[in-house]
Amino acid sequence: MHLPDFDFYAPESVAEACELMTRYQDEARVINGGTDILPRMKNQVMAPAILVSIKRLPGMKRIEYIPGKGIVIGAGVTLNEIALSEVIESKYHSICHAAAHMAANQIRNIGTLGGNIVASIPSADMPPILIALGATAKIAGPTGERVMPLEDVFTGPGKTVLAKNEILTEVFVPDGKMTGSAYHKFALRRAGALAVVGVAVAVEIEKGVIKDARVVLGAVAPVPLRAVKVDAFLKGKPATDEVFAEAGEIAYDECRPITDFRASAEYRRELVKVYTKRCLKKVVTDGHKAVVGG
Amino acid sequence: MSSNYITDSHGIRRYLVTINVNGIDYTRVIKANVLLANFLREELDLTGTKKGCEIGDCGSCTVLLNDKPVNSCLVLALECDGMSVTTVEGLATTSSLDIIQEKFLEFGAIQCGYCSAGMIMSAKALLMKNPKPTEEEVRKGISGNLCRCTGYINIIKAILSASGQEVPN
Ligand SMILES: Cc1cc2nc3c(=O)[nH]c(=O)nc-3n(C[C@H](O)[C@H](O)[C@H](O)COP(=O)(O)OP(=O)(O)OC[C@H]3O[C@@H](n4cnc5c(N)ncnc54)[C@H](O)[C@@H]3O)c2cc1C
Ligand code: FES
Ligand code: FES
Repeated sequence: MHLPDFDFYAPESVAEACELMTRYQDEARVINGGTDILPRMKNQVMAPAILVSIKRLPGMKRIEYIPGKGIVIGAGVTLNEIALSEVIESKYHSICHAAAHMAANQIRNIGTLGGNIVASIPSADMPPILIALGATAKIAGPTGERVMPLEDVFTGPGKTVLAKNEILTEVFVPDGKMTGSAYHKFALRRAGALAVVGVAVAVEIEKGVIKDARVVLGAVAPVPLRAVKVDAFLKGKPATDEVFAEAGEIAYDECRPITDFRASAEYRRELVKVYTKRCLKKVVTDGHKAVVGG
Repeated sequence: MSSNYITDSHGIRRYLVTINVNGIDYTRVIKANVLLANFLREELDLTGTKKGCEIGDCGSCTVLLNDKPVNSCLVLALECDGMSVTTVEGLATTSSLDIIQEKFLEFGAIQCGYCSAGMIMSAKALLMKNPKPTEEEVRKGISGNLCRCTGYINIIKAILSASGQEVPN
């Protein structure tokens, strides 16, 4: 199989990249790792006349902890670079775990964080845990940069707030008060399969009381879904199994799954219920190192 | 990544790339749409690398890019300019096979053979990083490679044996 013809640019500055995207608009597409866009081009879902690689832009490969502030992860960092990052592991095993359980080794070596976000597939594995931890996204355009909560980036399947000539340059995970976090995914195979359901939780627990909670559900709505009713319910409650079971029931009601060839909506709801409960239980004992299931 | 190109008489750009494959630098003039898998097979006649699904699912096109396993069907050749690639042809020498290849033969880990090149490259990548993997680690290491024939058991045994571990045949 051969790809259709296209011209290829590899700009070395964000300004140059934005200028190219402004000039060519709908004709051009950004390519990062290419593991999402190249299969689409092969399946003739899209046929851009121009690909603009953002691999040479400065800072795209950065993983850095800024003391007292948080972790910066460049949009060009690969999934395996996240999975194996000591900087990230030392703070949030949950993020490394999410990356390590995506796709397969060969894809993780080329697929990037930026691509996983901007492709905006409802089942994408990185957004839920990053949103749970309060991450923000930095977006660069011709007139400068803007920063927004990651959850606000997604507007629908395959759709984001990014304009044609904007580029996601980095994600920032702020130091916060959360004492534990976890991501748990169910897929039809343990490798190389998209999530049927993905549940991310982050909680702040002090002396057995839940001070704050952020539960984010993947693959059960057009975009990663913040379960705000679950969050509100959990706040101020004791961290007990009964409370977590009830939180699962609320998540069951709050998610909006569809039926497709991977699973029925009802099955997805059940998974959301059970996984929400399990994740919450686990983060109480294991903090940010919590691993739920295999 | 190459920025050197000429525009041919049809208005199509052709880019100059140099890719080191199995220790040899190959300089070629290619179109932007050439995938690494096609570059290897069609430009260099290295047909050991196989193409199955061509969308990243099966792993039969696995090669090492700067020592890391990737699906060569999802990599643009011009993005490999200046990089090194190892294919299955790069494992054996004229007189001997790689130990992984030896063990695949010994354990009957090859039936139709279509997955083998990719499977062996994933095994190579695993053993380079982790010379004495557990069975679970081997299973994870080849989880991006599909085999329709063997049922995987003999492949796993072959890889464990290639790592010097005792395996009942
Ligand atoms: C076999 C297979 C299995 C997979 N399994 C999983 C899985 O388990 N979980 C999962 O979440 N995903 C999975 N994926 C999807 C994909 O590999 C990931 O989403 C990956 O992270 C995409 O990153 P990329 O750099 O390759 O994206 P690309 O293909 O380079 O880009 C994807 C899209 O985002 C745009 N884009 C990329 N980066 C930017 C940026 N910085 N700014 C603006 N636009 C940008 C591109 O224009 C393109 O439209 C799988 C894919 C395959 C082929
Ligand atoms: S041919 Fe490349 S993964 Fe199947
Ligand atoms: S031996 Fe036939 S696909 Fe693996």
